[in-house]
Amino acid sequence: MNVPSDLKYTKDHEWLRLNDDNTATIGITDFAQSELGEIVFVEVDTVGESLDAEEVFGTVEAVKTTSDLFLPVAGEVMEFNPELDESEGDNPGLINSDPYGEGWIVRISVTDPSQLDNLLDAEAYKALIG
Amino acid sequence: MSKRTPMTAVHEKLGARMVDFAGYLMPLTYEGINEEHLNVRNNAGVFDCSHMGEFFVSGPGALELVQKVTSNDASKLDVGRVQYSCFPNERGGIVDDLLVYRMPDDANGKVFMLVVNASNIDKDWKWIEKQNSEIGAELSNRSYDFGLLAVQGPNATKILQRLTNVDLSSIEYYHYTIGDFAGKQDVILSATGYTGAGGFEVYAKEKDMPAIWDAIFEAGEEEGIQPAGLGCRDTLRLEMGYCLYGNDINDETSPLEAGLGWITKLKKGDFVGREVLLKMKEEGVKRRLTGFKMEGRRVPRHGYAILDEEGQNVGEVTSGTMSPSLEYPIGMGYVKTGFHKPGTKLKVDTGRKQLDMEVVALPFYKS
Repeated sequence: MNVPSDLKYTKDHEWLRLNDDNTATIGITDFAQSELGEIVFVEVDTVGESLDAEEVFGTVEAVKTTSDLFLPVAGEVMEFNPELDESEGDNPGLINSDPYGEGWIVRISVTDPSQLDNLLDAEAYKALIG
Repeated sequence: MSKRTPMTAVHEKLGARMVDFAGYLMPLTYEGINEEHLNVRNNAGVFDCSHMGEFFVSGPGALELVQKVTSNDASKLDVGRVQYSCFPNERGGIVDDLLVYRMPDDANGKVFMLVVNASNIDKDWKWIEKQNSEIGAELSNRSYDFGLLAVQGPNATKILQRLTNVDLSSIEYYHYTIGDFAGKQDVILSATGYTGAGGFEVYAKEKDMPAIWDAIFEAGEEEGIQPAGLGCRDTLRLEMGYCLYGNDINDETSPLEAGLGWITKLKKGDFVGREVLLKMKEEGVKRRLTGFKMEGRRVPRHGYAILDEEGQNVGEVTSGTMSPSLEYPIGMGYVKTGFHKPGTKLKVDTGRKQLDMEVVALPFYKS
């Protein structure tokens, strides 16, 4: 399983990349996409909303199962990846093919950067998924 | 620890994603559920179903026992024919659904093979033994002797024909022939399946299965025959509106509610649960298994509540998937009688959201 060392992780199998401008990009991990299988639809209807850490910001539909998406840290959801969005790129399979790159899901503005300290680093996440 | 069959190593070598299913280590998918699904619909795919159970009923009382425990009329079965049926319980629920094969007679008369769900082998066996106590038919559980490959799809028959002298095109739907196949003797070639895509189910000795598997793939190389996992078995059967035991039917659902009235022959004579089912039929069922399509792209899942337009609970989802052939989400569930008519607008409650859907006639997929 690919677990990049420069990202932060949650026990719910999301990853977070802190950008220079205090925004963060969020997606699901390689392990998560592999467990879910083929992703057929992504719904994010929280753009513009401010959510707390661990609140649901969207839902991923795979052929076999449905999985909610949880925000790793508090913030405002600024952008839903247009390539995944049904009304634009409509290519949710990018999460399967490139979970840490083209398959990113949302960008948020981080309310409190110190909350990142609560997240797992790559080593801890690797230990979690065994 | 999951049980292994002679086929398990074959799946592992192909790199299948393996899951525990009914106590067996089985392939969920090899290359992806959608791809395998479409290959079965449009070409040919091979499912390993060796985990399924095969019970033989013979001796004096064989027909009496089969008639007592199953809902369909097995007295109508000639040798060479197959029948879809179920085991009702005394409450009118369903112990299991199954296929009944009328096998060639032996010296003691009629012989039946009952093909049951892997998850229910132990439960069904105990149930039949109990029902047999006063009848005394001869019962034998041969689940571990038999392997089963389902070769399904529009090109399946053509490919299989290269491996046998039996004229497969002359075998009608829900009929079978026993013959030589891929160099093995006494193979059951059954024109049945759980996909609606056509093809055959091939029963042979479990130890011969890897060799038969290889022969089928060699014979179908030109067409691009592919292995097919349990994942697409589920999506294919759901597109046809076929029930899956444990999801859509169980000990508490009646065949009349599940749309299986056509295999419930209340006039055939007495059988387990008949009185309850007769009463239910006279009074009318209170809920019905119903197909529906979603308005958006969210997928209904087993256990989600079904609501009417006013938000009142009128039922529950039993199966759902994004249909690979139709490219929209479909589902089945029980709804109160009156809400089951095609065109009825209902909602599915995911727990966080209410999604719009519409009742549609089954099957979802029409070839």
